[in-house]
Amino acid sequence: MDATITLHVDGEEHRLTVDTRTGLLDALRDRLGETSPKKGCDHGQCGACTVLVEGRRILSCLALAVSHDGARVTTAAGLAPRGDLHPVARAFVDRDALQCGYCTPGQVCSAVGVLDEAARGWPSLVTDESGDDPGEGAPVPLDREEIRERMSGNLCRCGAYTHIVDAVESVGSAGAGGEAAR
Amino acid sequence: MSATDGPGAAPGAHTALGLPLERLEAADKVTGRAPYAYEHPLPDPLYLHPVTSTVARGRITAVDTSAADATPGVRLVLTHTGAERLADTGDREFAVLQSDRVSFYGQFVAAVVADTPETAREAAALVRVEYEAEPHDVVLTADHPRLYPPGDEDDPADHEQGDPDAELARAPVVVDRTYRTPMEHNNPMEPHTTVALWTGDGPGPGSGDGDLTLYDSTQGAHPVRETVAGVLGLDPARVRVVSPHVGGGFGSKGSAHAHDILAAMAARALPGRPVKFALTRQQMFSLVGHRTPTIQRVRLAAESDGRIRALVHDSVEHTSTVKEFAEGSAATSRMMYAALHRRTTQRLADLDVPIPFWMRAPGEAPGIYALESAMDELAQACGIDPVELRLRNEPSVDPRTGEPWSDRRLVECLREGAERFGWADRDPAPGTRREGRWRVGTGVAAAVYPHLYNPGSVAEIHYDGDRYTVDIGAADIGTGSRTALTQIAAQGLGLPVERVRLRLGDTDLPAATVAGGSSGTVSWGAAVLAAAAAFRDRHGTDPGPGARARAAAPEDAVAQGRAVASFGAHFVEARVDADTGEVRVPRMLGVFSVGRVVNPRTARSQLVGGMVMGLSMALHERSVLDPRTGHVVNADLAEYHVPVHADVGDVRAHWLEGEDPAAGPLGARGVGEIGIVGAAAAVANAVHHATGVRVRELPITLDRFVG
Ligand code: FES
Ligand code: FES
Repeated sequence: MDATITLHVDGEEHRLTVDTRTGLLDALRDRLGETSPKKGCDHGQCGACTVLVEGRRILSCLALAVSHDGARVTTAAGLAPRGDLHPVARAFVDRDALQCGYCTPGQVCSAVGVLDEAARGWPSLVTDESGDDPGEGAPVPLDREEIRERMSGNLCRCGAYTHIVDAVESVGSAGAGGEAAR
Repeated sequence: MSATDGPGAAPGAHTALGLPLERLEAADKVTGRAPYAYEHPLPDPLYLHPVTSTVARGRITAVDTSAADATPGVRLVLTHTGAERLADTGDREFAVLQSDRVSFYGQFVAAVVADTPETAREAAALVRVEYEAEPHDVVLTADHPRLYPPGDEDDPADHEQGDPDAELARAPVVVDRTYRTPMEHNNPMEPHTTVALWTGDGPGPGSGDGDLTLYDSTQGAHPVRETVAGVLGLDPARVRVVSPHVGGGFGSKGSAHAHDILAAMAARALPGRPVKFALTRQQMFSLVGHRTPTIQRVRLAAESDGRIRALVHDSVEHTSTVKEFAEGSAATSRMMYAALHRRTTQRLADLDVPIPFWMRAPGEAPGIYALESAMDELAQACGIDPVELRLRNEPSVDPRTGEPWSDRRLVECLREGAERFGWADRDPAPGTRREGRWRVGTGVAAAVYPHLYNPGSVAEIHYDGDRYTVDIGAADIGTGSRTALTQIAAQGLGLPVERVRLRLGDTDLPAATVAGGSSGTVSWGAAVLAAAAAFRDRHGTDPGPGARARAAAPEDAVAQGRAVASFGAHFVEARVDADTGEVRVPRMLGVFSVGRVVNPRTARSQLVGGMVMGLSMALHERSVLDPRTGHVVNADLAEYHVPVHADVGDVRAHWLEGEDPAAGPLGARGVGEIGIVGAAAAVANAVHHATGVRVRELPITLDRFVG
């Protein structure tokens, strides 16, 4: 069965007819020719397909295209205008936080999501909430442990982890967090 | 380094070697614009989904494709009865759909090509295959009846010097232990992919002219071309392989595999339309190689001061019935330490398992895990510091041949690593330090990787009046070779790197050898330096537009009569939860001697990446073969564990400055594999120091410490 949907990808509107079984990742890759979201497992186990939908990170291989009719999808290619690099992407280049590059667009999207989530005060498993309550929505400082925990859905078989954490930490401490994803 | 002391440098040259240049394709990779095999824009693609065997051994008795054939959108269903007969299946891995024989679980038994991926997958599920199953055996044991010695007269399975058995009988200290490593899978993040396009004349073999283009995820475009052309009976000149970006490989993409052939067969049957075939993650556990499990017995006979008299290393591994692959785990034990009496042996059992193949440091990674674990046990038995034990057993010449070392700096690696790590005040007693819940320990292990140089690569340089374009069909699988080769070309031409553009990953470029055995940059770099010298010879320093030169890497670039290898030392801190047995590794530090480092940024990433894969080997990776079905039951990334961000602490790689002229014109040795070698042993040794529990089977999981 087919359905016609609209996707806004990196600011561009697309009308397309998809098989209702088509995942968002396959719609992006096979139907729209987007190269940025990668398929590493197709099962929500690796993070290579991470994109931002309405500013929040999701695993696009676990999403059905038809359930995202009208969605605004941002891939790593759309984080900054062509020719520019988003601060997170720039930090990845600076720290050599990539090798083969196949996990990288997903890592970058995930990192942008992490910066936004921390800026909104969303705790993670390792967030220390025992002290004085800083108040609802107070930003969570992103130390290395926080970054590692929050980025753990993005596998990197090349083992670029330490450099990825360096990159995210450098952007987090530069305060580029909150706006980055929006 | 002064401006002119690099290899091939012209007087007054710019120094490009040793610059921490940013990865040239980094911006394309962080945005995701760099195209991998699946992602080249091609009109009107078709999608292939295979059907794979559900028995480990037997015969196909019937294939019913009627439901698949009747599915709208299906263009082709290939089975062993209908598929073309291939020209050359001497290498049985490539005998795809050629007979009814099933030799392992997950083998291709049919394939569907359809207009959409959803249709191909659905129709593949509708293909009914019946088998006559035969009893299979996938379980490796130390005394398996099918064990045999691989190799031949030139490369025997066994090596012996002196009388190790006599020494084992008389030495005051003997360590005799057996270590086991599991089946492991490379799992590069980019699944193996081939997009095949047949253009020109009509369908079917022997129908006249036509050209095959493969967009392939490979560590060697030219080697894949040779293989595919041979199997399909094509002139290699009619086959083009394109592979500008590769999402990791770690060995598994070091040759063509059956999926390349299947995609090409489908494309030949459906000319004019690209056939896209990306293996699923699950299929990768059967079809693109794995590391064999190993059972390794190591015996060390020593004086009470730790000096080794005899070293015996016996390795038992599996291979497939389809073709032989020998991991060679005992090989480097022949050259690590001074021991007058030594024996190494290798035995393989050909089981009904998928075909094993290269996985990062094949042989060295499991072999040095065993040897360096045994060294730690010897240090403990002798009451000697494990660093000191290795220093005492340093061989002054290569024990295999008596040849002098060109650049063996293991002692410096150990000393510098100990200094940087803070080893000096280590309390040797195992199982005594505690910080809160954590039992804390530290461990050390040595690393080694042989130096491999592959002649046969060719580079061509062209000047257009502005920039110099360097062409070589090499591969960049994440190693940074595109960047390093650009630096090497700039050095050879005496130019700043901005003036040089390098193209790779395409058989339309001059031939290059495979990215394997940490040989890539060294071997391709020799071709690039030769081409640069030829260019300057012919055209001087002021060439006109259109100037061009081409040269091959020298046949013999490695000095004869010298033993050339890389060495390293790993230092690890491990923590084991006293209650749950959870193992954490907050700190890994490696010091390596790899000759000249062409690009410190990318070299560091490679070394650190290797160390992380060694951590993974120590704590996470294991493919579980179900003996009843013969298939890997944990065939995905949820169940086959690799480290995630939270598992990786502070990992640092250092190297000794220097160069090794005996290694070739660059003075460099490879950096891709040595990082993994020894890392697992250092983790295991640290875990022992933390807990007093010696785990001799990888991975080290928490159940070893509870109860
Ligand atoms: S491809 Fe979506 S998580 Fe792996
Ligand atoms: S850079 Fe290769 S998987 Fe992360």
